[in-house]
Amino acid sequence: MFKRHESKDISGCAVVGIMNEKGKTMRGDVITNAIAVMHERSNGLGGGFAAYGIYPEFKDYYAFHIMFEDEGVKDEVETFLQDNMVLVKSEAIPVRKKMSLMNTPILWRYFLEVPKSKIPSGFSEEDFVVSVVMRINIRFNGAFVFSSGKNMGIFKGLGYPEDVSRFFRLEEYEGYLWTAHGRFPTNTPGWWGGAHPFGLLDWAVVHNGEISSYGINKRYLEMFGYECTLMTDTEVIVYMLDLLLRKHNLPQDIALTALAPPFWKEIDEMDKNKKEAMTALRMVYGSALLNGPFSIIISSSNSMIGMTDRIMLRPMVVARKQDTVYMSSEESAIREVCQDPDEVWSPQGGEPVYARLEEKA
Amino acid sequence: MRMIPPEFIVKIDDTCIKCKRCVNECSFGALKFENDRVVADHEKCVACHRCTAFCPTYAIKVEKFPMSFKDNALWGQDILKGLWKQAESGAKILTGAGNDKPYPIFWDRMVLDACQVTNPSIDPLREPMELRTYIGKKPDKLEFWQDKKGDIKLTTVMEPQIKLETPIIFAGMSYGAVSLNVQLILAKAARELGTIMNTGEGGLPQELADYKDNIVVQCASGRFGVDLSYLNSCAAVEIKIGQGAKPGIGGHLPGEKVTEEISRTRRIPSGTDAISPAPHHDIYSIEDLRQLIYALKEATRYKKPIGVKIAAVHNVAAIASGVVRAGADILTIDGFRGGTGASPQVIRDHVGIPIELALARVDEQLRKEGIRHMASIIASGGIRQSADVLKAIALGADAVAIGTAALISMGCHLCQKCHTGLCAWGIATQKPELVKRLKVEEGVRRLVNMIKAWNLEIKEILGALGVNSIESLRGSRERLRGVDLDEVYLDVLGIKPAGR
Repeated sequence: MFKRHESKDISGCAVVGIMNEKGKTMRGDVITNAIAVMHERSNGLGGGFAAYGIYPEFKDYYAFHIMFEDEGVKDEVETFLQDNMVLVKSEAIPVRKKMSLMNTPILWRYFLEVPKSKIPSGFSEEDFVVSVVMRINIRFNGAFVFSSGKNMGIFKGLGYPEDVSRFFRLEEYEGYLWTAHGRFPTNTPGWWGGAHPFGLLDWAVVHNGEISSYGINKRYLEMFGYECTLMTDTEVIVYMLDLLLRKHNLPQDIALTALAPPFWKEIDEMDKNKKEAMTALRMVYGSALLNGPFSIIISSSNSMIGMTDRIMLRPMVVARKQDTVYMSSEESAIREVCQDPDEVWSPQGGEPVYARLEEKA
Repeated sequence: MRMIPPEFIVKIDDTCIKCKRCVNECSFGALKFENDRVVADHEKCVACHRCTAFCPTYAIKVEKFPMSFKDNALWGQDILKGLWKQAESGAKILTGAGNDKPYPIFWDRMVLDACQVTNPSIDPLREPMELRTYIGKKPDKLEFWQDKKGDIKLTTVMEPQIKLETPIIFAGMSYGAVSLNVQLILAKAARELGTIMNTGEGGLPQELADYKDNIVVQCASGRFGVDLSYLNSCAAVEIKIGQGAKPGIGGHLPGEKVTEEISRTRRIPSGTDAISPAPHHDIYSIEDLRQLIYALKEATRYKKPIGVKIAAVHNVAAIASGVVRAGADILTIDGFRGGTGASPQVIRDHVGIPIELALARVDEQLRKEGIRHMASIIASGGIRQSADVLKAIALGADAVAIGTAALISMGCHLCQKCHTGLCAWGIATQKPELVKRLKVEEGVRRLVNMIKAWNLEIKEILGALGVNSIESLRGSRERLRGVDLDEVYLDVLGIKPAGR
């Protein structure tokens, strides 16, 4: 029942993101109301949420949300975690017991610390956490890490997003940044890990689209040691961002441009420095170009970024009301939770739109 | 007594108007005008079709000589004829052009994908569709510097690159093997198309000097014409280790073909044999290759990519890895169907492996080792059409090189008699009266047309695949499926079977 996909996962979707740039929190029912408007864009085979700022009392610890197929694999993973990290707290993720969703796994969360002694030389703490996540996902059949960042978490499962939200009692959480996803897969997965958002460290991605360049994006990541086991585009996007931003340390603008770069025709017209930079970017990161339709919302502790593919084959609407930024597949979802935005616009294809957490004075 | 039957029979019917054009055109001496009519010497006909192309009344028909042998699955006609030839001459059999034996053609057992519903296909007539490709060593990552205004500047120093506006380049064909007019056509067409041609190992004729930005010069085992000015009159230098049609052996241009002009270009006395040794005598190992690569980089002041061309042989993946680690910026892999001006038939037909398998293994090996970015891969040897180009790119090639297909656009009819120097189409010959048959401007027009047509077809397929840039297909084997291939071949090619 918990089988991962063996062939490419194909799905259409709805995405929403809401962020308060001042860090003011909102309850999970706000985003639930927004995504619920786009009910017709999903088909009940996957919904999920990423929430930031929800664990203020544990904000210094890595929060792992993990799903398990059975108690046996849970025990094995817990032993593995205790061997590699320091377990600060471990508990079941609260759910509405009366609701029954298809194939519900065991859902558990852990707050963890990295002992300095465990980090191999040449590795950063984050490299180490990524390697732990990868090892769990690959080595332990029946276990899958939903999220692994600090003061954030991913909640996802099989069902319409509004049902998944009720199941996880998200109205009880307060966060300053929320993203949500409703899936419309065209095959029939029965696996909770296949729902979105997909996350690594504090990055989470919700994604609508099908990347036509998936094959080469995946092979490119494999060169750098990433193992794409889920057969989903979203997984590829998260790893790509991790590679470009964290491992290659590219400026954020440049990394996003690598995913949806300008056309050669435009590059040829640029001034010298920019032309040189863009030409090199396309030469070196050609395999990172996400070609084909997508609109994505990429979130991390301090930012929310919305972007579409370079010829905008999937929709994206952005709105702002004072300190709150909204991004959505459809304007209707924004209007549902913010009747009177200050501005509403559709970004250009390939042009990233940012919402950033203001530095606390 | 005639032991060997002729291959073809030439029939001239009574619509012949006795214009004698065919007699003049036949460079193989198969047609004569005797007793007020055209008479054929069937044995000399090679089916180059030059006569039929010029006969105003279609009076000439070239047919296979109708002679039945007793059926024998083991002793085919080709084998028998070869044995008779050797019994007569005591020599190894020479041939030209590429391997014509019925080995499986893996291009024809791979099919491409297209978008339906879940992702949209793109209309290449309405949307941009990019084929631009840069050939050369790439860094594994880039570094940028952002100033206070937020302007971004690249701080990584890039290695030299060659910009191609199409992922199709012209394969090495030397002056000597082909005529000067062929090289002129290739150079002019390369400039017009925004791509490159390769001089082969015969030096750089002065007539090509103007086209240096679109020329790759070769440094082969004979070192013909190699000096400092040669190495700097080009876009890149290629060390030729091997050729798909004749892996492991050298070359021999007989003295009678070394004309004044060829003597000047190759820098050898006219009338002497031009010998390319089997190995480079200063490269007996991979570390020797590294020395030559860096000697050439020094000579070109690190301003030009240095390529290495190898034939596809059994251990090609490991060899390729060594070549890339030795410092090659461009790696050309030439499959066993690649063409040749002259090769012993036994080598051409029995040595080497198909480019499809070699390319798939090399790309995979370099990726496994994390060094794929260190060199561009050019695949060649039997690329016949735009579909083959697309499949090669999906398997992992940065670009492909075409030789035979380019010559066919100029008029080659693949009679495989390149080694005789009698090419009736003015392609594989040095005889001035034959060379002048190949009109340069007309040849350029035809070759440019053919590549433009391929470009259009490539864009059409990219659009159907839902991508608008060639790099999104490059190495994307997910877009290929195998038909009629067993599990082992699917595994070697790194593709799934159709239906999965």
